[in-house]
Formats: sequence, C-alpha cells, structure tokens
Amino acid sequence: MNRELTCIVCPMGCRLTVELDGKEVVSVSGNTCKRGEVYAKSECTNPVRVITTTVRTKNGKILPVKTDKPVPKELMADCMKVINGLCPDCNGEFSMGKIICENILDTGANIVVAGK
Amino acid sequence: MYDAVVIGAGVVGGLIARKLTSCALKVCIADKASDIAMGATKANSAIVHAGFDAKAGSLKAKLNKLGSDMMEKVCSELGVKYIRNGSLVLGYNDEDKKSLEAILENGKLNGIEGLKLIDSKELHHLEPNVSDDAIWALLAPTGAIVCPYELCEAAIGNAMDNGAELELGFEVCEITNDESGYTIVAKDGRKLQAKIVINAAGAYSDEMAKLVGDNSFDVHPRKGEYILLDKEYGFVTKHTLFTVPTKMGKGILVSPTVDGNLILGPTAVDFDEKENKQTTREGINSVIAESRRMVKNAPSNMAITSFCGLRSVGSTGDFIINSPQKGFINVAGIESPGLSASPAIAEYIADMLKNDGFKLDVKADFNPVREATHKFSTLSDEEKNEIIKKDPSFGKIICRCENVTEGEILRAIRTNPKATTLDGVKRRTRAQMGRCQGGFCSPYITELLAKELGISMEAVTKSGKDSFILTGKTKEDLKDA
Amino acid sequence: MRNAELVIIGGGPAGMCAAVSAYNAGARDILVIERDSDLGGILRQCIHNGFGLHRFKEELTGPEYAYKCETELKKFPIDVWCNTIVTDISKDKIITAMSSERGVEKIQAKAIILAMGCRERPRGALNIPGTRPAGIFSAGTAQKYVNMMGYMPGKNVVILGSGDIGLIMARRMTLEGAKVHAVCEVMPYSGGLARNIEQCLNDFDIPLYLSHTVTDIHGTDRIEGVTVSQVDEKMQPIKGTEMYIECDTLLLSVGLIPENELSKSAGLTLDSITRGCRVDQSRQTEIEGVFACGNVLHVHDLADFVSEEGEVAGESAAKYILGKTNTVKCNINVTTDGKVRYSVPQKITDTSEDIKLYYRVSQVFDNVTVFAEADGEIIVKQKKVKVVPGEMQYIVIKKDTLKKDAKELKIYIDKA
Repeated sequence: MNRELTCIVCPMGCRLTVELDGKEVVSVSGNTCKRGEVYAKSECTNPVRVITTTVRTKNGKILPVKTDKPVPKELMADCMKVINGLCPDCNGEFSMGKIICENILDTGANIVVAGK
Repeated sequence: MYDAVVIGAGVVGGLIARKLTSCALKVCIADKASDIAMGATKANSAIVHAGFDAKAGSLKAKLNKLGSDMMEKVCSELGVKYIRNGSLVLGYNDEDKKSLEAILENGKLNGIEGLKLIDSKELHHLEPNVSDDAIWALLAPTGAIVCPYELCEAAIGNAMDNGAELELGFEVCEITNDESGYTIVAKDGRKLQAKIVINAAGAYSDEMAKLVGDNSFDVHPRKGEYILLDKEYGFVTKHTLFTVPTKMGKGILVSPTVDGNLILGPTAVDFDEKENKQTTREGINSVIAESRRMVKNAPSNMAITSFCGLRSVGSTGDFIINSPQKGFINVAGIESPGLSASPAIAEYIADMLKNDGFKLDVKADFNPVREATHKFSTLSDEEKNEIIKKDPSFGKIICRCENVTEGEILRAIRTNPKATTLDGVKRRTRAQMGRCQGGFCSPYITELLAKELGISMEAVTKSGKDSFILTGKTKEDLKDA
Repeated sequence: MRNAELVIIGGGPAGMCAAVSAYNAGARDILVIERDSDLGGILRQCIHNGFGLHRFKEELTGPEYAYKCETELKKFPIDVWCNTIVTDISKDKIITAMSSERGVEKIQAKAIILAMGCRERPRGALNIPGTRPAGIFSAGTAQKYVNMMGYMPGKNVVILGSGDIGLIMARRMTLEGAKVHAVCEVMPYSGGLARNIEQCLNDFDIPLYLSHTVTDIHGTDRIEGVTVSQVDEKMQPIKGTEMYIECDTLLLSVGLIPENELSKSAGLTLDSITRGCRVDQSRQTEIEGVFACGNVLHVHDLADFVSEEGEVAGESAAKYILGKTNTVKCNINVTTDGKVRYSVPQKITDTSEDIKLYYRVSQVFDNVTVFAEADGEIIVKQKKVKVVPGEMQYIVIKKDTLKKDAKELKIYIDKA
C-alpha cells in the first residue's frame, strides 16, 4: 500500500510517497532531503507536531510558548488543555527558552517560553 | 421639559437642533440608533448640489439653492471640510444635449449662477480623464463637496456645546400631547417632554407622523450602493461628474471626496425594508459599469470599501415640511438634495416656528464656532509640537493609513457627541477609514474604547446593540479543571 | 534638524538585518525607526514555528526569530527609536518622524532604507456583497487579538483566502477552541505553502474549498453566516452552487500589499505588479541612496528571505555612504514573460558579483524549465518539478556571466 504525504519539515513541501507493508515503512520517495524520509517514517508510524500557543501570565500578559520537541499528534488537544491552565508567575522578565511546564503529559516535551 | 425635541440625529436634525439652540431654546435630540448620523447621513454621495435640477418652484429647488449658498459659511464655523469643486453633467449624444439645455433653463429659473453648456473640447480640457464618449457637459461652478457625517457630528457637537442634549437608543413608540406640550415615549420607557417636536426621523418620519395621527404621507427607502476608491485615485476627476438624471434620481456620479478618495455610485433601487443595507453583486457591478462609461480607466479594482445607503423618498415628490398640528413639524422625504439643503431647512423651520407663534430669541452666549475635528494633521510641525508637549497622546499615531493620533481618538470618545463604538470613532476621526480599513488600528481603538468607557474589551461594539467585536478571552473555555 | 548617515524605516526582520549588515559593512551612524513599541514587526504576532530554517538552521517561532535578530542588532551601537512613526520622506532624504516622546522632528539622512513591510487587503478590495456586520476581520487582525491581546474574535469561523496567514489562523483558532468550518479559495490552487495546508488544515480536518468564494454576507449586528459559491475560470460565481455556512466570524486572508505611502511621498514610482519600488541588484531604488527591502519591496513568504534582502540593502547602503559604490556600471532591464509574474531586482547595474533574482510565477506549472536569457543568449536554466504562485523562487546569475553591455535579461518559463 502507498501513502501520499506532504512533507512539513521545510517550506518546500515535497510530495512524498511512502510504500507501506501494514504499518511498516518499506520505502520513501519524493523527498529531496534526509529529513523528508525521517518525517515520512514518523508520520506513518507515530505522527508528531510541535505545538505553538500562548499562556496568560499571573499579571494578565500574553506570552508565546511552544513544546521544545514534537508531541504525538493525537495528544495536541489534551496538551492544549494543560497549557491553557498554566498561569506562570511573571515577576521580572521571562527569558526566552525558560521551561514553564516540564514533561507535558509524559511526552518528554517541555513547554518553553517562545517570545518576549 | 424641553422647548424642542428633535427626533432624528442625522444631518438635518443636527442642523435644526443647532439652529434652535442658537434661538435660545432648550433642545434635546433623540435617535433610535446607537450613534448620530446612522441613517441616510452616513452613506450618501456627499455632494452639495448647485441646485440646477430640482424642479423650479419646488421646495427642493428653493432650499437647495439657499442651502448651497449657506454651506461654505456653516462649514467654516463648524470646522468642517468643504471644497467647492464644481460639477459637470455629462452628455453623450444630441438627445442628452437637449436634456442638458433643459436642465440649464431649469437651473436659471432656480437662480443658480454660472451654469454653462460646454463642448467636448472644453470638457476634456477641464477633465482629461472623462470618457471620450462624453461630448457635452453642463458645468455648474457652485457645486461642492462636504462630508455629511462630519457635518452632522459638528452640528450636533456644536449644539451640545451650547446646551443641547442627546438621547441615543431612544426608539420613539408613542407621542401624546396635552396643554403643557408633547410627551415622547421610547420603547425602553424613557420619556421626553417638549413644547415643540421636530420630526426629522428620515426613513421613519412617516411612522413618527402617524403617532400624532398624521397619515398624509409615506416615506420609502431607496437603496443606493457605492464604491469608495483608494486615495491614490482621488485625482481622476476634480469636478463631480453626473450623468443626465432619470426619474429615479441623479444617476451614478463619480466624485472626489473632501478626504481625497474617489466615490462611485449610487445605484437606485426602491425597497420596502427600512433597514436593508446589503450591498449586492449586481449593484456593485452596475456602479462599476456605469462609472466606466463616464471616466477612462475607472480603477474600480482599487476599491477600499463598498457600502449601501438608504435615501428617504417621500410620497409627494418634494420635501415634506409642514406642521400637521401646532408644535409638531414634519421634516420628511429629505432625499437628495437634502444634504445641500440642510442648513436652509434649519432656517426654514425656525421661521415656521416663529410664524406659528413660538418665541425664538437670540441666545446671547451662543458660540457658532467649533474646533475642526481634523485640525491636527493640518498644523505646522511647531504647532503640533506645542500640542504634543501638553498632551503626548497627540504624538502617537494609531491609524497609519489616515494618520490619526491617539489624542484625536480620545477626544472623539470624550467630547460631544461622544463616540462609544468603533464605527463612531471611525466617522469622527477617520481612523479605520483608510486603505487597510482598520486592519492595524482597530485592536488599539477597541482597547481605548474599553478603557475610556470603563467596560471590558468584550463589551465594545462595532456599531451598538449586539455588534460585539470579540467573543471572549482565549484559554477560558478550554482548560483542565 | 538632526543628521544621520543611515536611517532605516521599520524595525522588522528586514530593517533589523539591514542595520546589522550596514554596520558590518562600515556604516556607523545608523538609526532604526520603528512605529510599534518593540522591534520585531509582524513577527511578534506570528507565534507559530517554521521560521529561520535557512538562516538559523533551526525551527523558530516568529518572536524567537525576531529576538535573534534583535539580539544581534543590540551587539552594535545602533540607535533604535520605537513608538515613532515616519510621516514623510522628501526627495532630498529629509525624514519627518513623530512620537509622543519627542514630538515631530526632521532628520536629514545620507541614505535611507525602506523596510516598512506590508499590510493586508481588506474586504472592500474584494467588493464582497452583503451586510456590514461586526465579526469580519483580516486574518492578521485576528492574529493580533488572539496571540498578543488574548481575545477570541469568534467561535465559528469561515476563512476566505488560503494565504499562509489564513491557514495559520485556521489552526490557531482551532487550538483555542473555535470551530473552523471552511477555508475558501477563489483560485484553483492554494496561495499558501503546501506544508501549511497539511499541518494547519488536514491535521484538523478543516475543509479547503478551491475555486470557491464568499458571495454574500448575512447578519446585521454580528455576522451570522456567509454564502459560499463555486466560481468559473473567470472567477465569476456559478449560479446554483451556493451553500450557506453559519458562522460568527469571517477571516480574510486575501493578499498582502506592500506599504509604500512613504516611498510615494519621496516621489518613487511603484512597480505595477509587485506594488513595491523598482530596484537594482543592490536594492537601490530610483533615488540614489534610497534602498528598499523585505515586504515593502515585494511580498515574501519566508522571513529568511526578508532578512537576506535586508542584508543586501544594508551592505549596499553602507557602501553608498562610504563612497565605495562600484563605478563600473551597466544598465540591464530584467523582464519577465507573464508566466513569470515578476522578478526582483528589476534592473541590474553591476555584474561583478553573483546576483540572486527572486521571482514568482502567475499560475501552477509542472515540469518546466525557467530560463534566464540575456539579449537572446540563455545563461541559466533551472528545472522545476512544480512551481506555484504562493512560493517565491530564485535563480542565481553568477558573476561575470552577464555582459556589461547587455540590454535585457529575460526570465521566462518553458516546457522542460
């Protein structure tokens, strides 16, 4: 069985064809770089996404945050619920990259500050 | 107890209120809408007609000429932009030429000065972008342009600064009278009492008249769709361009606006619904097609907005200004040239009241002058710096397209007649009226409104009632408990 | 009147990168004027990731990308005025700026870099019929409300236009709990990047209706619904295809327009296609010493390319200030065939360095070759499996491959 994918690793958006044997990836074609192949394999076995969103800090400011690595796609909505409940205390400045929630939903990803 | 209540906060009601205030009357202006200028005033061609086409001898003809003569002075007192750009009625063939000659004769009867039939050469010398198909034109040098909601705001603001009051959201449902005067009741229970009632309720003026038992006329809305083009195209014509009028109105016009845009329109479709302000694909397409007949390369793809206005067309064919009973005055069917006639209508009403035995004095301390709303941008750098030093908010530009400062927006929210909505700020300051149509500045203005009015961001509206901008805060609905 | 060697108007990625590159190329008296309260430009509200893969070799959010540029800039003694808006530029490079802090002031610049960015096309530009209720936003305005101010512009959303901001907002609104019912695109292809269709629409099962547009807007106070119709090849709605979609919000992502009011005040004419200034390879405009870069010059898809163009403009401006501009000049017009919609630069005046020509195509082409032809001689060929209007391309003209006396460099597409 073949599966058609659009690579999301970079703005080129390569059309990938993944040859599958059940859940096993046999081959990937259409990619123009190695990362495309890695993406295709992950997408067919355990699709993951980086979440970018915001949190409202204790003093009411809106702060951009992201997961510092991709999380399973099916956990996105659940992660959002956790993130929306975060209300970090912002005494002084939040530095870029500061962790405000560790290992969200046991995904191994942290929620980090991604904006000023 | 007021001396006079004016129902309708449009340009006609506003100028009447100002006039009556200057006559030492205690005046209240009531309108059902959430802001002033919400009827025909907010969406029309913005033309001060020279007055050549209203039928000689009609009230329209008389008041148009008088109003056109008065307009420049009124605008200068009120700090309202006014440009006497002249107008041209275009003719495409011999038949049109005959119509133009007839209009010229009619204009002469109306006392309009300077009218002249010109040929293709003179026409294209005056306006090089006019279509080559136009071979004749009637030139009316006294035609002018003005912004109707700017005039309305200034008139009502000036009246209020001189003591008049304003009741908005006041939807009149009952008018009674006894020996002490009239009682005007709103749907929400508010009551106003006055000796004089001026019915300047535009599309609803027939309904107001019926409340006092006057069934002598009807008003129906005539829909007009317009397209407003980017300021880059304001140069296309200096004069206001008309085509030969039909029985539905003056036809489509192409005109610069006082703010430098180009306006195309209106269509003319009679309608029953008094609130139908939808634009239609057919309407917009017909405006584009017609304007292309008038000017070469009409850049209709450079629209920044399109909108629809409703003219209040009276059932008599003329302005309906009368007094069905003592102290109640109808000012109805004020379709085009209503804006042009509006200052004269105000004088006419004052005279009527005097003739009816009401006592009109001169208010000794009446100040006819109002500071121009759009003054700041016209000042020199030194003058601007003086103002910014005193009030730094004038140094902060909020609307980048029209260069409107925070100071001007705050003033619109704080001074009479106070803006309470995004559209209210827009009509008073022009912020959100430029080429990005509020894309950049509307979030800032929403914040300013919320702060000044002491309400939440979610309570700010575009134009009153349920026209909320925002539906809530992020995060609120989607949280793990 | 204050003097400055180089004034950069706009503190987004283009302006910040131009400032750093100008400094590195020897300019010293540099002033960046930013109208907002912070540097970063529109990146500040683009909290999604995907920025910086070319430039920083990692995937950053917009604010992170802006922060990196700002950190770099702050290493150098470069003046930055925030909360200051430029209201006029004269032909002789006198800039009028206004702020609450300093009032109105004039600055005489030796060189100017225009980096004002772009704005979104509003509803009116499309002449969509219907009522005019609340709840209609350009996608970027909604993005500001959601990402910077923390407010929801609505809960039931239809998006018109499949430009990247529209797609990004479809995902963003969904993540914040709104339901996005449809994205409509009048063209038969999307204006956004393929990966954004994948991760912003497909991930959330949001339908994309190609060759569809909004033909009516309903509701008086707040929008209550839209009529969506299919369009024919001439983009006219097809009768009978109307469908009503209930919604409380319509987001418009229908194109970006370079913000060139100031360029016009300086007397610069605009390219009718890019709607930005016409520039040479150094990003110098028709006025000597006035340069332009980033989205004010032509709308880019990637901040990386914006930065890169800022650097070109910054270096060129520094050279101009220092009198180092190459005197051996040529005058080659860059033309396109319509299939290639435009190219930037539009003019080549120096062939002694490699030139990166950006271009965009006018429709989708599969398996084609893009040619660069100088006075009839093909000098570069570039095979493309697929080119789409939504993705800016570039072609590199190696130094000295163009003859100095050439008149025209034509960029065109032909079958492979």
